[in-house]
Amino acid sequence: MVGLVLISHSLTLAREVAELTRALAPVPAPVAPVGGNPDGGYGTDPDRVREAVRAVDRGDGVVLLADLGSSVLTAKLLVEELGDPSVVLADAPLVEGAVAASVMAGAGAPLAEVVAAAEQARAGKL
Amino acid sequence: MDTRFFAAWLEECARVVHEQRDYLTRLDAAIGDADHGTNLDRGFTGIRQALAEHTPPTPGALLALAGTTLVRKVGGASGPLYGSALRQMGKALGDAETIGLAELADALETALQAVRRLGGAEVGDKTMVDALSPACAALRLAVAEGIKPQEALSRAADAADQGAKDTISMQARKGRASYLGPRSIGHQDPGATSTALILAALRDVAVAWAES
Repeated sequence: MVGLVLISHSLTLAREVAELTRALAPVPAPVAPVGGNPDGGYGTDPDRVREAVRAVDRGDGVVLLADLGSSVLTAKLLVEELGDPSVVLADAPLVEGAVAASVMAGAGAPLAEVVAAAEQARAGKL
Repeated sequence: MDTRFFAAWLEECARVVHEQRDYLTRLDAAIGDADHGTNLDRGFTGIRQALAEHTPPTPGALLALAGTTLVRKVGGASGPLYGSALRQMGKALGDAETIGLAELADALETALQAVRRLGGAEVGDKTMVDALSPACAALRLAVAEGIKPQEALSRAADAADQGAKDTISMQARKGRASYLGPRSIGHQDPGATSTALILAALRDVAVAWAES
């Protein structure tokens, strides 16, 4: 199953989004929430993002979802550094993307479909 | 310019960023999230600690270590941006033990490309690119004219400073400030300002180096 890493400036927010994915998906995907800078304030800690990718990797790929600013840049840089096509940053809003990706991953879909589900989640709300 | 020169530059950056921490944070409070000074200070303090434990043998390895430290310690958007800039500079310098001005100019150009690629910003978007890009151009021109390193780096620092001031009239198109739209006009960009400080530190170290 594809794993998800949820990166927010706030660990509380990332954890709550992870809870929401568990509540809204019949079969929840492996999810790791990450948030906060190395001192615990709002921001991003790249070491923890790297650990989170390892923690949810079940061999079928990992999708990263980030909120904004340093979360996005950190995720983008890590994906570049890893150079592993099975680790992908989705161009998607954090909450909607996480729920869509979790539902799709839980259904056993491959990486590309999970990424597509997350990226389509931004559209069609109204 | 050898490893000691570049170590002196990083040390001067750490000193200046610490000294200007509150100023950078104040600039960031106007249009960003008020953490730029604190974040960079944490990053450069991390570099100081890393170099105290171990100073790599070449300028390239030194800048690569400094870049990785910034990526890991800063915690804000400036971490990946400045971190990859320094790492790419380090990579461009390779294994050489001493660096000439032309190599430094090329390395700074790769730093600019790294920042533009990761952040997706162009000149005029009110970001650090608006200080770094004119500094690279000034340095390239100085290399072509064959002037002394301290004068060349002085021109680069002046160009970065002017570039940072020029961001005042710009509307932000990247980062947290871009949410403000036209309301971001009238404020100097904190990232462009810290870039100008870092390049002024390079000039100051080059001047001191030439005198000693």
